[in-house]
Amino acid sequence: MGDIAIRVEEIGKKYRIGKAEKYKTLRDTLASAFAAPFLKVGRLLRGEGAVDTGQDEQIWALKEVSFEVRQGEVIGVIGGNGAGKSTLLKILSRITEPTTGFAEIHGRVGSLLEVGTGFHQELTGRENTYLNGAILGMNKKEIDRKFDEIVAFSEVEKFIDTPVKHYSSGMYLRLAFAVAAHLEPEILIVDEVLAVGDAGFQQKCLGKMGAVAKEGRTVLFVSHNMGAITQLCGRAVQLEKGRLKRSGSAGEVVAAYLSSVAGTELKSSWSDESSKPNDSDVRFKSVRLLSPDEQPLAIINFNESLLVEIAYEVKVPIRNLSVTCLLHDSMNCLVFESMDTDMPEWNGCVRNPDIYCATTKIPPLLLRPGRYQLSFAAFVEGVRIIERLQRVLTFDVSGVGCTLQPKRDGVVSPVLDWKVCRASENGRMV
Amino acid sequence: MTLPLLRRHHERNRVSHLMQPDTQVIRIEPSKGWVALQLQELWAYRELLYFLIWRDVMVRYKQTALGAAWAIIQPVFTMLVFSLFFGRLGKIPSDGIPYPIFTYAALVPWTFFSQGLSQASNSLVGSANLIKKVYFPRLCVPIAAVTSGLVDFALAFMVLLGMMLYYGIFPGVKVVWLPVLLLLTLTTSLGVSLWLSALNVHFRDVRHIIPFLTQLWLFATPIAYPSSLLSEPWRTLYSINPMVGVVEGFRWALLGAETAPGLMVVVSFLAALAILVSGIFYFRRLEKTFADVV
Repeated sequence: MGDIAIRVEEIGKKYRIGKAEKYKTLRDTLASAFAAPFLKVGRLLRGEGAVDTGQDEQIWALKEVSFEVRQGEVIGVIGGNGAGKSTLLKILSRITEPTTGFAEIHGRVGSLLEVGTGFHQELTGRENTYLNGAILGMNKKEIDRKFDEIVAFSEVEKFIDTPVKHYSSGMYLRLAFAVAAHLEPEILIVDEVLAVGDAGFQQKCLGKMGAVAKEGRTVLFVSHNMGAITQLCGRAVQLEKGRLKRSGSAGEVVAAYLSSVAGTELKSSWSDESSKPNDSDVRFKSVRLLSPDEQPLAIINFNESLLVEIAYEVKVPIRNLSVTCLLHDSMNCLVFESMDTDMPEWNGCVRNPDIYCATTKIPPLLLRPGRYQLSFAAFVEGVRIIERLQRVLTFDVSGVGCTLQPKRDGVVSPVLDWKVCRASENGRMV
Repeated sequence: MTLPLLRRHHERNRVSHLMQPDTQVIRIEPSKGWVALQLQELWAYRELLYFLIWRDVMVRYKQTALGAAWAIIQPVFTMLVFSLFFGRLGKIPSDGIPYPIFTYAALVPWTFFSQGLSQASNSLVGSANLIKKVYFPRLCVPIAAVTSGLVDFALAFMVLLGMMLYYGIFPGVKVVWLPVLLLLTLTTSLGVSLWLSALNVHFRDVRHIIPFLTQLWLFATPIAYPSSLLSEPWRTLYSINPMVGVVEGFRWALLGAETAPGLMVVVSFLAALAILVSGIFYFRRLEKTFADVV
């Protein structure tokens, strides 16, 4: 590790979209009608295509994007829709040309921009495997060698010789991904192929991609699945409106991206007292989300716990103060509220002026995968609400580690213990 | 010729068990003007080309009810219609050879040519999803479309041999020229297809012009009539249509028509080469727009 695998230098891509309507006089119309064929031919021969460039609107899908990827790195590319991620991948896969800048690629590239590219409905699974493998860049010997593995991974052995048009969509996807998963290029470029398929399939894909990453290949991975990004990638870059917004470790970039999406800060803190209105008796100083080993984060897996840390200042002695946190899910449903006075030693006591730090742990194996927001409040039960922070922290729970099949309904999805016994075992007749 | 799209050079690399000591570096940058042909890349992708040809052939035969018969029906029925109307009723001369076989011998390479044209002209648009998602030299697509017609050609040729048996015509040593003439047909078909398929990406109505174009071309080629109807020098000039050289050559090699059409074939070859070379250059120049427009 250390040599550069991909180098991107000031890459830009310009597209022409549509055409502005202009008011035309008859003279203009006639003149352009005569000149048009000649202009068109000229344009065609120069390879500019048929579109009239003059009046078109132009957008930059990518602008001045530069970064480097070292050999063996797994780098994630994230950003909203239209940020330019797919365009960047297309350029690096040599499918389309950049308008400005250049890129250098050291090594053989395998691109997975779509699953099942080139599959033809009339051909059998076996024939499509060979065709798709060849399209992805494997030669016949390689495919022969890996054929059994591919079929085993896809679990369609029984149907491998029936035309693909008879496959269910799940089988189709599994076979297509199986072929793609056995690509062994030095550099792998993957675009959101995990977005299709059921949860089981996605888990399988993630597993395979993790294995590929561990083999030391360089991987460039685009996805909207933040859980997958943090799980697989060491570094990440975020694109916004065609420009490189930020780059750094995967956890950092994902956290910053998520908070900008939710419009809130991962860590909310107010150092300037005068900027916060309301009562001065209790003031929240900061609220943070931490992993069990006290690292700030924005995503947890289903099977991990989350620490919520609240720092607040008490100005005057208060009796019966409660500090509570409320959890809302993406449907705006209140999942639960929990307060520090649930702990008996803090119940009904007097809190003296000081700076307090409260930490509570949200248990694992409880929250349904999705997006959640935390709110906080400080109040005296039955008397007054002193201070409230609405929706100040956002985090995602990813499906990783969730063994529950099928997906659950309900506000929470706890993993409960079940004990089953049979009447016939107890020797009784029912 | 200015900047080529891709420049490859070899670098010595240290470390990394994954990389061979000699790694190729690919540089991706905007191309300007005429693009280098990069035919060696086409050779590197020959396995993919083979698979695309195989796919085109398989799909053609799996999909149609008539399957292989279609390769024979078209030239045979055209021959029957021509024989009735041009041969018998119109009394068009046929260089001393029975009219049906006179015209069929021309129809066999002609069908290969016209089928290649119609398949290839829409090939890029038909493979749009491939072109938008995978990198490979786009030349593979029309080449595969044209080459996949060779299977049909072989079948129609069998029928021709059958007809020769029926008429008692036995070919001499001149048949060694057949592969050369086949190559000429392939060159022409490919050359025109490259122009048409590239244009079709930008102007989708090009593929609707094809039937009209092939009809005209059919009558501009001496299939239903002999080229001896023309006097020199018009006859030689006429062979700027490359199919003229093909058709007359086929007839001479298989059926023993009078004099060797040597000069005609040479002129046809030059014309075909010109079309092919210009076609490749034009295609390569337009290639960068395909993924964005198709």
